[in-house]
Amino acid sequence: MTTAVEFLRITDLHAFYGESHILHGVDLSVNRGEVVTLLGRNGAGRTTTLKSILGLVGHRSGSIMINGREAIGLPPHKIAHLGIGYCPEERGIFSSLSCEENLLLPPVVASTGLSVDEIYDMFPNLKERRMSQGTRLSGGEQQMLAVARILRTGAQLLLLDEISEGLAPVIVQALGRTIRMLREKGYTIVMVEQNFRFAAPLADRFYVMEHGRIVEAFSAGEMRSKMGMLHEFLGI
Amino acid sequence: MEIFGVPIQAFLGQLLLGLVNGSFYAMLSLGLAVIFGLLNIINFSHGALYMMGAYVAFLALDLLGLGFWWSLALAPLIVGGFGIIIERLLMRWIYKLDHLYGLLLTFGLALIIEGVYRYFFGVSGQPYPVPDALRGATDLGFMILPNYRAFVVLASLIVCLGTWYVIERTRLGAYLRAGTENPQLVQAFGVNVPLMVTLTFGFGVALAAIGGVLAAPVIQINPLMGSNIIIVVFAVVVIGGMGSILGSILTGLGLGVIEGLAKVYYAEASSTVVFVIMAIVLMVRPAGLFGKEK
Ligand SMILES: Nc1ncnc2c1ncn2[C@@H]1O[C@H](COP(=O)(O)OP(=O)(O)OP(=O)(O)O)[C@@H](O)[C@H]1O
Ligand SMILES: [Mg+2]
Repeated sequence: MTTAVEFLRITDLHAFYGESHILHGVDLSVNRGEVVTLLGRNGAGRTTTLKSILGLVGHRSGSIMINGREAIGLPPHKIAHLGIGYCPEERGIFSSLSCEENLLLPPVVASTGLSVDEIYDMFPNLKERRMSQGTRLSGGEQQMLAVARILRTGAQLLLLDEISEGLAPVIVQALGRTIRMLREKGYTIVMVEQNFRFAAPLADRFYVMEHGRIVEAFSAGEMRSKMGMLHEFLGI
Repeated sequence: MEIFGVPIQAFLGQLLLGLVNGSFYAMLSLGLAVIFGLLNIINFSHGALYMMGAYVAFLALDLLGLGFWWSLALAPLIVGGFGIIIERLLMRWIYKLDHLYGLLLTFGLALIIEGVYRYFFGVSGQPYPVPDALRGATDLGFMILPNYRAFVVLASLIVCLGTWYVIERTRLGAYLRAGTENPQLVQAFGVNVPLMVTLTFGFGVALAAIGGVLAAPVIQINPLMGSNIIIVVFAVVVIGGMGSILGSILTGLGLGVIEGLAKVYYAEASSTVVFVIMAIVLMVRPAGLFGKEK
């Protein structure tokens, strides 16, 4: 391994929706090429952490360094151009756009993205259904599309929120293969996952959140010794 | 020859007149639909902005000697620019609030704009000449076609279908459609949504201004011309359903024609027929003919 280069560093992040104070000083860091998973119970603040990185919460404070640039004061459309791709929890497929229009929607933020042909090779279903209305796709296809469309943009840091949620086991396996392949290609990935069994074999490191704070951090190698703690926090 | 007891020449004449009015309805309701889609604001000042477009034509001719074609280019820029300032200064603050606030704000704005114009121009109408190139009429054999009216219908069709094409078939339009559904996510992808919102409002206003210039030679320009038409246009929007681009174009033209034909067959109903249709549509399809049920 070459020496680790930090791609994302969050320090003392506080986030608010209106009056409600959701994140209470989150600290975490992700190195280039790493796959990091945020674990936690429902409502722990994992989605809010991803949204805060993108500037999609009401108010936030602290520091978010992305690729050496401070993002805390930037508007959301500028943050994306620091090289971030976002796959939201609710997938965010647009019903007034066809499958292919959905795929082509996110603007290119760096020249390193996959071509449309490469993406169709990876997700043949999407090619078949490219003229269909986005929301006519099956749940699994929509999830593929939500991941696929951020691979086109050249974003190097992918924020993936519960991509395995509510999908059939074969689709979850296919998504697992996709994540592995993306890691081999050198993408940096932050995944929020409820499904520990999906995340466990994929991630290099784990953070556990509770009540808007990071309460545990461990690497894949330490997983065995942490099972007791995970059981307690997540009921796994 | 007659159609249901009406001479064909009179019938076709009214049909064309209906299409001309329908062209204005279509252009105005299209602007309203585009603005409502992205800004979530029911723009009550749309009629006043249409009136401003007509006055740009009047003043450009009166003060600067610039004719119709100049005005057709200048009015959308000037009035659209005015719209952009309004959006930046006023509308920006109320997007997150209930529709009602946008409605009140733009209604107040319409009253102020009309008040200012009444102060300077009174309430009597100003005539505006038909441009030289479009004077006169063409004999089609079965009817005499007034050139300017034909031009209005054609111009508005081009503008409306051009807008439809851009929104439904281009990348820019895909941003607009996606932004209408989920502006946050589109911005998270790196699109400058606030700028897009401003430009969209400017564009919707520019459509109204073009409508105003096109209307100048066929009506009397006066400060209340916007209030007069906007009530019908809102009925058109309700009938067509908010948010559908093609829907607002077709409904605008269609209702203009129905109004025109009502004049031929039952003149007393011509000013109410649109509202009768609105009531029926609301009963049968509350979301409008082309609207999506929520
Ligand atoms: N838009 C919002 N306005 C107010 N509070 C919110 C909003 N979104 C989330 N919250 C609150 O913030 C807290 C953290 O929510 P978040 O969505 O980040 O949790 P999570 O860890 O992603 O959990 P999960 O997705 O499993 O529900 C919760 O208490 C939630 O109720
Ligand atoms: Mg969540």
